[in-house]
Parts: sequence; structure tokens; C-alpha cells
Amino acid sequence: MNDRMEPVVSVRDLRVWYGTERGAVRAVDGVSFDLLPGETLGLVGESGCGKSTLGRGLLGMLPEGAQTDGEIRFKGENLRTVSRSRLRDMRGPELGMIFQEPLTRLNPLMRISEHFEEALRAHTPGISKDTVERAALEVLGLMGIPPTRYRSYPHEFSGGMRQRLMIGLALVFRPAFVVADEPTTALDVLVEAQIIRILHDLRREFDTSLLLITHNLGIIAEACDRVAVMYAGKIVEVGEARQVFRDPQHPYTRELLRSTISLSTTGLNYIPGAPPDLTDPPPGCHFHPRCPDAMRVCEELDPIDQELSGGQRVECWLHGPDHLIGVDGRDRLRVREELSVADEA
Amino acid sequence: MGVFRVLFKPFGQTTGLARWLLISGLLLTAMFVTFALFAPWIAPYGFAEEVPKKVAPPGDGFLMGTNDLWYDVWSRVVWGSRTAIEVVILAVILGLLVGVPMGLVSGYVGGWLDRILVLIMDALFAFPPLLLAIVFAFLFRDLIGGGVMAVALALAVIYVPQYFRVVRNTTLSAREATYVEAARAIGAPGHTIMGRYLFSNVIQSVPVIGTLNAADAIGTLAALGFIGLGIQPTDAAEWGFDLQRALDDTEAGLWWTGVFPGLAIVLLVTGLTLVGEGLNETINPTLRKRRLRRFALPPRRPAVEEEAAR
Amino acid sequence: MPTKPEIQGTAHAPKHRAPDEVLVSMQDVEVYFQLRGGSMARLLGMDTGSVRAVDGISLDLRKGEVLGLVGESGSGKTTLGRALLGLVAATGGEIRYAGQDITKLSTRHLRRLRGDLQMVFQDPSAALNPSMTIETAVGHPLKIHGLASGEELHRRVADALERVGLSPPERFMFKYPGDLSGGQKQRAVLARAVILDPVLLVADEPVSMLDMSVRAKILQLMLDLKRDLDLTYVYITHDLASAKFFCDRVAIMYLGRVVEVGRTEEIFADPKHPYTRSLLKAIPEPDPEKALPRDLPRGEIPDAASPPLGCAFHPRCPEAFDMCGWERRDLRALIEAHWTRHEALDFETERGTIANLDDLDEPSHEAVVAAGRSSSPVDVEDLLHRIREEDADEPLWRGVEDMTLTDGGVRVRFHDGADPRLRPAGGVEVACHLYPEVEPAAGEGPAS
Repeated sequence: MNDRMEPVVSVRDLRVWYGTERGAVRAVDGVSFDLLPGETLGLVGESGCGKSTLGRGLLGMLPEGAQTDGEIRFKGENLRTVSRSRLRDMRGPELGMIFQEPLTRLNPLMRISEHFEEALRAHTPGISKDTVERAALEVLGLMGIPPTRYRSYPHEFSGGMRQRLMIGLALVFRPAFVVADEPTTALDVLVEAQIIRILHDLRREFDTSLLLITHNLGIIAEACDRVAVMYAGKIVEVGEARQVFRDPQHPYTRELLRSTISLSTTGLNYIPGAPPDLTDPPPGCHFHPRCPDAMRVCEELDPIDQELSGGQRVECWLHGPDHLIGVDGRDRLRVREELSVADEA
Repeated sequence: MGVFRVLFKPFGQTTGLARWLLISGLLLTAMFVTFALFAPWIAPYGFAEEVPKKVAPPGDGFLMGTNDLWYDVWSRVVWGSRTAIEVVILAVILGLLVGVPMGLVSGYVGGWLDRILVLIMDALFAFPPLLLAIVFAFLFRDLIGGGVMAVALALAVIYVPQYFRVVRNTTLSAREATYVEAARAIGAPGHTIMGRYLFSNVIQSVPVIGTLNAADAIGTLAALGFIGLGIQPTDAAEWGFDLQRALDDTEAGLWWTGVFPGLAIVLLVTGLTLVGEGLNETINPTLRKRRLRRFALPPRRPAVEEEAAR
Repeated sequence: MPTKPEIQGTAHAPKHRAPDEVLVSMQDVEVYFQLRGGSMARLLGMDTGSVRAVDGISLDLRKGEVLGLVGESGSGKTTLGRALLGLVAATGGEIRYAGQDITKLSTRHLRRLRGDLQMVFQDPSAALNPSMTIETAVGHPLKIHGLASGEELHRRVADALERVGLSPPERFMFKYPGDLSGGQKQRAVLARAVILDPVLLVADEPVSMLDMSVRAKILQLMLDLKRDLDLTYVYITHDLASAKFFCDRVAIMYLGRVVEVGRTEEIFADPKHPYTRSLLKAIPEPDPEKALPRDLPRGEIPDAASPPLGCAFHPRCPEAFDMCGWERRDLRALIEAHWTRHEALDFETERGTIANLDDLDEPSHEAVVAAGRSSSPVDVEDLLHRIREEDADEPLWRGVEDMTLTDGGVRVRFHDGADPRLRPAGGVEVACHLYPEVEPAAGEGPAS
């Protein structure tokens, strides 16, 4: 992989479990990845695979009752263990978050100017109005929001404009690391494309590393340098986006790509079954009950992270290591149990 | 049945503090319900049965003493529970029967009907409840006499606006739900939509209001009795009336004639309020805290590779 | 175009349908919503204006076809779909089905039509009554119309569940919607929709709330149902990719109008309207070789309460020219865009040149840009010239007829635009001035 640059964020063996009435949900269950400066990493998977929990877990925004272990190294600190107040200070100047529904995150009674003033003053007490305005107008300009709208209220903006505002508010500090959780899901195609454009251009303007969470593979292809595919709390494949899309190595990635309906779709494909209940995931590889390539070893042993020649990393027994697969481990699983509609997502 | 599922779900879902509130409230209330149901067996005397001793202190054959009307206080308290429970159940049911359908129709139909009903209900709501109860108690006493039914009706009038408001407001928002449009799309007429689609989804907060109103009704019933507008002493035993009689006794140093009916009122009101609050904690999503199962992250399993190396 | 090999390959016998039998015919359908306005305005009985959700749409729905209504939110596609079923009252035009005009029917007559016209909703979780079991919910249409009861009802519900793949039915009948997954709920909604044996199904984004892995399954189920039950579909979506796969014909909608309509193959092979072209370009494709274009339409779909003059798409259109309906509000947007591109400092100095941008908010083909207090009309003219030099290709300038100095500022006059009507162009119909109207309508003035 890329050894020249020091990663901004380096996650090692992160686990985020949270309690429910039914027991512990293993939302993130041993995840490792690096994010280089100015890089955009896409995080993709079906809903209920732990994408959002991972994104929030990185910034310490977890619900009560969540437990974590592992390491989130960011600028020499372990974000998982730093104090709450330290984390609060870092959010904004160092760490940013962009949400799906911008309107619920903006105060309807505050002008845009006041949002910026409040945000900047919280971290730089005594900053002058002019300085705030200069900084705000610059970032708003990059977001394509006219300076004449600086004193407007949130409700005077359209949905796309609000999302631009949220992105602007997150980026005005030029944080080193931003998590964007489904930032375009609520938007229309054309506006979505505009926002993807903006996210795509971030690295040039801000040198920000972005973790972009989405269920839309198309967005990943347009906006991301690398992609991590998540299934049942684990990253099953991670690699350069083009490479992964051109030549997916994990059966889940492949099936996900096949089941996506795009302009070039000529037949309907789908993955049978649904992601597992994360309170009690299946043994071995969590994907094996739905996997068309499942082998005997897949239901017995957890797959091991393998680095392939192209720099891709995959957790799948198809890629070995061979010495751990028993004599008949490569046997196809008996006829895959018929997955009826009863188990569908 | 959908409706019962909705109404009784919160009882099973309560946890933690809410569960304790609910349980202690239910126990207290159950005690009075038992009194009410088995009054003839529990009470040694009838509610208007004169005993040999006048104003005897507690003990000595009379658990709570006797009062100046030659009545046994313990029997009056027990028979009083029957009156209280009867009135409250009647009042709440009558209030529900009128308030809920009115709110439902008003919220679903909207327009002028809604405006007029809201106006009337708000006007009723604006009056102090006791004042309203007094006025209607007068009215119904003339119409149907001073029995349990008259007082229950007077109380019901106070509570109708509360059910109306809650049900109307929930209906107003539920009316826009997709499943209501879906019901129209399958050709359901208005009354079916209200009865089968809206009703079970707008009555979720009704149990809370119902129990809280019941608690309130106990107080108001006692107040009516206290000022002489309640149930006639010959019709039934009533705590408010007893309290009023006991007023003069306090000056003479007779504490038992007032304390025991008063205590009964306080306990039953507390019991019902606890039930209401317990339910509210469960139903109200802003108050609700889901019970999370505690767990500890298990140690990592040794990597397969290490295992294999061993 | 081989879009549906799987379906056509299998048991799909050649359809015996007459291809052009019209099932529903819409003529100039209008749905205007009265704006509620503020409480003051309502109290005084003021005219609060209206939103033209559907603004004069004429379309024929042929028996057995899948017609796609495609557009962004605010395009009126959902409202049109609901008007088709009489769930929203059309304020103008007519919708003819089986010899009747749906827009004129009473509620009671409409209810009788429900057996023929059914709907599938976007959010399956919201479309089912949370306190009704699946059996009651799916069987309710039969019960309402008095078509079955008791054992018969039970049997028909079981059949319907079986048909939509919820099998064995006993496993689902007694569950509540909350116990089912998204895909299963949508199947239940489909079961409820087909239990009355309808003719037409309006499906409003039936898969957009579902997980990717089940979308294809639900679409496949809908195709199966269509084949088995001889259904006609109106498929409402914002997703061109699924429309391309699923529809026989597509109507692209923008701000209450149909801007392009034709056979799916033709529209996707050679999109005519600039809006269609932009939509197609903007779809993020999971194809590493493709990249998003730089020339995306700017802005967002405008407010339907005061739509742009001329062609509604012209303010965003990369190919607009003089007759598209340029107006004052476009000038405001242009000046603001100029300031957006520049440093905050330039904005500070230039902001005073113009008195009040809000003066440009009323729709009109003429604009007077008033000079600020400390500047002269010549300064305003200079500013406008600077903006023009910055981007001479900006389509707005093609619409400017002349710019003259007045005593207070600069008067900009735009060409009178025209509202483009649907016209045939290469096998499809398109509402765009780029394509000549075949028969020039005599005496037609510029619409405004």
C-alpha cells in the first residue's frame, strides 16, 4: 500500500458493540483501515451492516451503553480513549461530521451568519465578526452559496443549499478528518451530483480526509479514491475504488455490484437473504449463508485479512491462506439452504 | 385485537423506575378495588348503619372509631371506596365515550365542524374544573337526583375536553399518514378509516390521561361531597362528606373521624397517579429509556493463525 | 433494445394485447393547490396564490404498458399519479377511464372504481396500519367492498400472499407490519393492491426505500404480477436507471409539465430535452471509467408557486437561448453567482454598486438595476459588462435584447420568451425550443 504518507486516521481492530433489549449488537466487530491526508474513503454496504455506527464511533458520537475497544489513532492520540472534553474541543477544528438531513441540524431561529459566528467563537473566543464573515464567505463561495445570502435563515434555503451550508459549516475550520454519513440520500439526482462534485473537490481545496458513508455504489465510484465494503460489522474488502469496481475480489462486493440497478443493467440480480442479526451473527464468515461461493471452511473459521497483489485487502477464504484450510475445506457447502422470502431484507 | 394490543402494550413494556411506579400504584389501587368489590364482607357494618356507640375512639371493637352520626368509620371508609371507584369508572368511561369519538371525527373531518368543536372544548377547558363540576353537579342533581350517576356525569363533562384535545391532535397528524391514504386507495369509506385505521393509532396516550383523570376525579368527587353537592349520605358512603362532617370534630379533639377518610383519598389518588405516571414514562418517547442489556466486550478470540501455529 | 432478457427469455409468451388500446386518457390535467398563506392573509381573505403541482398534462396510458413518470421532487409526478386514482382532486382537465371522467366522479363512485385502480406506496412501513395484522390488512379491500368473508376471505388472502412470495402464508398472516422486513412489507402492500384484481397499478417509487439487495427482487415480482394478472403500470420514480429497465414508455417531468415523452429505448438512446440529458449525465454510475460531468445544471427545481417565465427549465439549462424566457430573476441569480465566484473583498466593494437586489424578484421580461447610493448608473453598467466578460458563453446574455442607461440605473430588456409545447421530434415528443414545432399554431402569442 501507500507507505510514503503518514495516515491521518489509523484504525486498528476497532470494535463497537452496543446494548439493546435483545443483547449486544456487534455493529463494528474488528475493523482496521488507514486514511491518508486528503484522501476520500468510501464506506459502502447494505443497511444494518454497521456503516453509520463505525462513522459515529470514530468521532466518539455513540449512544449510551456502547462499548468499544481497539484503537483510533489520529494525530498521535487515540480518539477512542481521549476524554470527552478533549473530544469536544477537537470536533470542529480537527474533526467534522456531515449528516444526512441538514435541516434538523440547523437552528431555525439563527441566521447563517450566526451559525458561523457561534461555531467559530466556540473554538476561538474573541474572534471578530469581520474575520468570521471573511472565513465564512470564503467557504460558502466554494460551496456555491452567494454572499448575499449570508444573513438568511435556514428555512430560506432549498434542500441542496442546506446541505452545502452544513458542509460549509463543517469545513470552515479546515478539519483534517471529516465523516459524511449519507450526505446526499435525501437529495434529488441533479443536486446530488452537485454535492458529489463538491465532495470530490474537497481534497484540492481543503486537504481534508473524508470518510464518505453511502449505500450508493455510484457515488463511491464518482467521489472516492478508495472504497471499503462493510458486511455485518466487518470490512470485507478495501482497495482502490476503480480497482475494486473493475475487479471485485470478495463475493459480497461482486454480488452487491451485480444487484445494483444502473443504466447498463440488462437483467435483475439480487443477493438472497438479508444481513444477519448482529446480536448473533452466523459462525465463520458472516456472509457464508448468502454466498454463492461458500465453502466448508467458511462456516467454520473466521476469514483472515489477506493483502492481494493489487493492494486490495480481502477477508475471504477464496483467497486463502491455503495452509489453514483443511483437507476438505475447499469443498462446496452442501446445497445452499434455500433462502426463502421469509429471510429477505 | 389491535386496539387491546395498543392499550395494553405499555403495561408489559415498562422497565426500571417506571415499572416500580406502576407496580406500587397498581397495588394501592388494587387495595381500594378490593374494598369496593367486597365491601359487604369487609365492612362490619352498613354505610348508613347506626352502631351502639357514638364518637368512640379507634380500638375497642371499632377499628377506626365511630363518628357523631353513630357510624363506624372503618365501614364508611370501605363503603366509600365502592362509591369512589364506581363514580370514577363511570366518569372516565363516559368521558372516553364522548371525548374520543368526538376528537376522532373532529380531527378527521376538519373544516367547520372541527372549528366549532374546538371552540366549545377550549371554552370548557378554560374553566376551573371544580367550578365546572359544581355547576354541572347542580344541573344533574335537578335532572336525575343526587346519586352516583349525577356526580359521574358532572365529572365526565370536565374530562371530555382532555380526551377530545389529545385524540383530535393525534388524529390530525395521523390523518396525513400514508396508511390512511392507502386505506382511501383501497376504497375505505370515512367511518372505516376512522374506526379501523385511525382509532387504534390515536388512543395510545388515552390510558395515561384516563388514569390521571381518575386520580383527579377522586379529588373532585371528595370536593363536591365536601361542599354538599356530592352524593346524598343516605345513598352511599362518601369520603368528602365524611371529611366535611369531621370538620367540627377537630375542634373537639376527635381526630379519627377526619384522618381516616382523608388518608383513603390521599392513598387512592396517589395510587392512580403512580399508575398514570408509570404508563406515561413508558408511552412518552421523550421520557422513555429503553432497557439496554448490560454486557462486557469479550476478549478477542486468538487469531486463527496463532491457533494453527500451536 | 435488449433490456429484459430474463423476463422475455422465460415463460413470457408473446402478448396478445392490442398495443394501442388506450386505458386511461389524460387531457390537460391540472392540479393546483391553494397556498394557505399566513394567518393574517387568511383572516383577510386575501388571495394567497397557488402552486401548480400539475400544470396541463396530456398523456395516454395504453393497456398493458409500463409508463414511467420520471422527475425530481417537485416535478409533480407523485401528484399526477394520485390524480390518476382520484386520490387528489384535479382542478382542471379530464382523466378518462372506462368511459368516465375520473375528475368528475363523486367520492362514492370513485370508491367503486378502487377495484380497478390501485396504488403501491414508496414507504412500505408507513403504508400498512401498524396495528393491523397482515391478514386483516391484505384482506381489508375484500371486506370493504363486501366481496368475501370468513373462510373465503382467509383463502383469498392466503392466495394473494402466496402470489407475492410471502409463503407459506401462515407464517406471515398473523404478524404485524413491525415484525416484517422492508421487502416483505412491500410484498404485503403489493398483495393488498392486487387482491381486488385491478387493471391499473400506480407504483410510487416502490423500491426507493428498500435496500439495494432486494430492489431487484421487488421489481421482478412486479413484472411477474404484471404478466400473470395482465396489469398496466404507472411507475413513478426519480431513478432513471430503474425506469430504463422497467418501463416501456417514459415521461420526463419538470415543474408540473411533461418535457419529454416517448418509448424508453428512444429516450435513453437519444435524449432530446436538455433536462433529460442532464439527468442522464448526473446519475452516479458504479462504473470506474465514467466521471461526473462538469457542466451540471446549476441550482435546484424552482418554486412552483411562481415558476420561471417561458420554459421552466431555462434558468438551469446549459443550452438555453434567446427565446427561452429570460427574465429579471435570472439576472439576480447571475449577479449573485458572480459574487459567489469572487473573493469576499470584491463583494464588499461591489455590493454598494447595486441598490437592492430584492427589486429583481418579481417575474418580468424587463429589469431595472438601480444604482446604489454611492454609485452611478455607469458603475452598474460597468459591473454588468464585467460579469459578461467573465463568461461570455453564459446563456442569459443570449436573451438580452438591449441594455440602456436610465437616470436611476440600467434597464435590461429581455426577449419575450415562449412557453414551449410538446412537439414531435425524432420518434419522441419534447417540449423544447431547440426543436421546431411541426405545424406552426396560427395566432399563438407568446405565453407568459
